[in-house]
Amino acid sequence: MATQQHIVSSYDEELEHLNKTIMQMGGIAESQLDRAIQSILKRDSAMAQEVVEGDHKVDELEHEVANFTVRLLALRQPMAVDLRNIIAALKISSDIERIADYASNVAKRAIALSQFPEVNLVQTVPRMGRQVQQMFKNILDAYAQRDAEKARRVWKSDEEVDEMYTSIFRELLTYMMEDPRSITVCTHLVFMAKNLERVGDHVTNIAENIHFFVHGKPMPENRPKFEESYYKVMKQAEQDAFPENAKKAKKKAKKAPRKKPAKE
Amino acid sequence: MSKQEAKIVDMQTPRVNIAMPENNGQARAAGKRPVKMRTAGVNVFYGNNQALTEIDLDIRENEVTALIGPSGCGKSTYLRCLNRMNDTIEECRVEGTVTLDGEDIYDRAVDVVHLRARIGMVFQKPNPFPKSIYDNVAYGPQIHGLVSSRDALDEVVMTSLTKAGLLDEVRNRMHELGTGLSGGQQQRLCIARAIAVNPEVILMDEPCSALDPIATARIEELIDELRENYTIIIVTHSMQQAARVSQRTAFFHLGILVEFGDTERVFTSPRDERTQGYITGRFG
Repeated sequence: MATQQHIVSSYDEELEHLNKTIMQMGGIAESQLDRAIQSILKRDSAMAQEVVEGDHKVDELEHEVANFTVRLLALRQPMAVDLRNIIAALKISSDIERIADYASNVAKRAIALSQFPEVNLVQTVPRMGRQVQQMFKNILDAYAQRDAEKARRVWKSDEEVDEMYTSIFRELLTYMMEDPRSITVCTHLVFMAKNLERVGDHVTNIAENIHFFVHGKPMPENRPKFEESYYKVMKQAEQDAFPENAKKAKKKAKKAPRKKPAKE
Repeated sequence: MSKQEAKIVDMQTPRVNIAMPENNGQARAAGKRPVKMRTAGVNVFYGNNQALTEIDLDIRENEVTALIGPSGCGKSTYLRCLNRMNDTIEECRVEGTVTLDGEDIYDRAVDVVHLRARIGMVFQKPNPFPKSIYDNVAYGPQIHGLVSSRDALDEVVMTSLTKAGLLDEVRNRMHELGTGLSGGQQQRLCIARAIAVNPEVILMDEPCSALDPIATARIEELIDELRENYTIIIVTHSMQQAARVSQRTAFFHLGILVEFGDTERVFTSPRDERTQGYITGRFG
């Protein structure tokens, strides 16, 4: 990675401004995510409301990054690592903005949840949230340090988050089937878990952008997506609900060979 | 900085075109830089050929203004109007008003030689005098009578070379010929030479055309530093350079000022089709 200064020092100052703005965005989004999760645990609607109202700050910074990127591209004709830096910053700002949106969505649902009596099941989602929070913090560090290896490790850890989501999903389905009075709470929780899972996905996007920024080529591996287990869970849940269909499904499965998903 | 006083325009015998007051007080209040030079209704003819038509342009203090446009559009002609270098071209006729700090520079009472010290010029091909590095820089202050002692002259030479970012490279060979330096160094010597006579404005006519990318980058960094103390107008056929270096950009085409505005805006969303066509490379 280039560590030398540009001959024209104002160019370095502008790149630094860009990177600082990304870190600022990341910091605010981290704090939003943290407080959204806290508001679930503490059943604190006021905190959740602050998170919802604070989302605009991240949106504004995204516009600032977009405008500044256009300016840099027009006025500096960046090459090589500078070009990759600027493009990566543009894409990463977009991912951070979505992460902040998801934090805001989680906060909105926390407000809804707090209207219902406290339920143990609610603990599973914040646990997943903490995992995702840690991933996000690590990826921001990786960007600041231009550490593609760290980014790759964060990228891999999304597997766990996907597994957590699948397991929460299954658990909530079972709960809902056993006790229909819990459907409202469980549905909110499903959405929250989905939002957090999407945060994890955006973090992996950031990881891929960091990798491209540092190495100049895309990551060699495909992001792990546990589609198989996802559909398995859906199928299982359906079979539990409608046992007569389960028999038919079993017969069909025995006849046709299982399709394996394409791998590169 | 010691300044010799310019011969003030005699306000009791005004020219036909009166210079407009600059309203600099209002500009400062609005957070804009004051106007250093202004051209109003400038038309330039070479014989019967009209090279420039009705050019109205404000150059703001301590900013870099870039003039871009295809070959033959009149940008160098315009630049030469600003320090009356067109006077040296016999068939060239300049009409309209050109003012420096509100004073008409074409007034008959103006001392043209002194004007060209206040408004310095750097050319495309570096043209150091066939003298030593020291004498190249010392010549101007000496003939303008700006310094009275040897020590003061030494001081001026050292300061100018420092400001031009050249001193470290030539400190030990001040008495070698200026023409023995590399292209980039020669150009910086020419800049030092221009600075030595305390200009307020520096005109640069494609100063980096003859230089390699590293030397060009060094000059661009120098321009960034110089604009804190001087007003700079640069003609360049590289619009990328204009984008990197300037705060305001003027696009000339066929002798007309097509568009003039903040560099960032001109290069991201130009108002005129012709500007867009030129900067995107859709016509030459």
